[in-house]
Amino acid sequence: MTLKKSKEELRVRSIKNGSVIDHITAGNALNVLKILDIIGTTKAIVSVAMNVTSKRLPYGRKDIVKIEDRELIPAEVDKIALIAPQATINIIRDYEVVQKNSVVLPDIITHVVRCPNLNCISNSAEPVYSKFKVLDSLALRCSYCETIIDTDIAAYLI
Amino acid sequence: MDEMFNKKHVVSMRDLTREDVEFILDCAERMMPYAKSGMRVLQNRILALLFFEPSTRTRLSFDSAMKRLGGSTLNLTSEESSVLKGETLADTIKVVEEYADAIVLRHPREGAARMASEISKIPIINGGDGAGHHPTQTLLDLYTIKKESHLDNLDIALLGDLKYGRTAHSLVYALNMFDANIALVAPEGLQMPKHIINSLNSVRLAEDVNDVIRDVDVLYVTRIQKERFPDPNEYLRVAKSYRLTPSVLDQVRENLIIMHPLPRVDEIDPEVDKTKHARYFKQAFYGIPVRMALLAILMNNAL
Repeated sequence: MTLKKSKEELRVRSIKNGSVIDHITAGNALNVLKILDIIGTTKAIVSVAMNVTSKRLPYGRKDIVKIEDRELIPAEVDKIALIAPQATINIIRDYEVVQKNSVVLPDIITHVVRCPNLNCISNSAEPVYSKFKVLDSLALRCSYCETIIDTDIAAYLI
Repeated sequence: MDEMFNKKHVVSMRDLTREDVEFILDCAERMMPYAKSGMRVLQNRILALLFFEPSTRTRLSFDSAMKRLGGSTLNLTSEESSVLKGETLADTIKVVEEYADAIVLRHPREGAARMASEISKIPIINGGDGAGHHPTQTLLDLYTIKKESHLDNLDIALLGDLKYGRTAHSLVYALNMFDANIALVAPEGLQMPKHIINSLNSVRLAEDVNDVIRDVDVLYVTRIQKERFPDPNEYLRVAKSYRLTPSVLDQVRENLIIMHPLPRVDEIDPEVDKTKHARYFKQAFYGIPVRMALLAILMNNAL
């Protein structure tokens, strides 16, 4: 399936090959990069647009992230749903969108979010990663101490 | 005895269905005749008691339960050398699972027993994880209610520090499985967390025990801890107003029972012990048949 998109409406130039994460909840582009483990010293070509006009998202604003020469796989991107549940991932080859997916929250997320409970075993020297069960209404429950995160999940990103 | 119960570990009440709980309570009932005289079903089996923080009551109770079943126990306490040398809990579990047939774990960090259950090939029983869970306390509370009152159509009030008290959190979760009508009586700022209150089917909140005590079959008293109050005077005021005395028990239901997980400090006047309502010492005894039941179920499964 090939989807075309008018180039004029893009504030940042189209990329030849790579991934475009669109419809990110406004203000969360940098958190998305953090979840994808793309940090400041990356060699990848990354374009970020923040607070651009959107017809679809609340307050008419969204963020967009474009990563060149890297095709994101679902396991990588589903974690984005934690902070940007309406995000869509477009895979681009030779300027064409060859695949368009929305993000799907996994049931369990491991090693993405730190437990807010400092006394939780997952915050100790034990060989264990943080693990949360994703509840309805976008809340997380720690699989170890059962602490619930229901606001500002981004603040607990590892 | 073990056909119905398919859980390997007992970490949190959340892991158990109502059917599981009823199965354990029925099994506890069958253990009652042996809770003082003993039996041999777990002969040659070894239970490891790993206590990384002190807990006389829980440790003695498990120790006694295992010995009443004809088994024996290994003890590790927080003063032991491996703990002092800083060995991880994960390593300790890996070693001890080779020495014993099941482990009771008490640990100062929340979630420790869950982690242990992910690592261990032998059953883990959570004997208390920090401020987290203590499922065998909840099971013995339910058994006490069933024996001394009734679990169906129950009206119960919980009194005290309901915000931090793990006993109270696990208990209301379990009572909700039995559709109990729950009244939560706590001082301002120490009421049960909202996400728990919202999960209950029939609940009312109060600040004064006198508002609810005439309408309940069970009054469950928990400790109000001094360290929760920044101001010592405030603590004294609250502790005084939450102290249960015989005079509060005027006009209560004839068959009201009063429970407390113990140890108590000032919450219940010793004069209350002499009333027909007091059940807290009986409750402590019921820890034996309930833990015998759990040990027998889990270790027979492990065969």
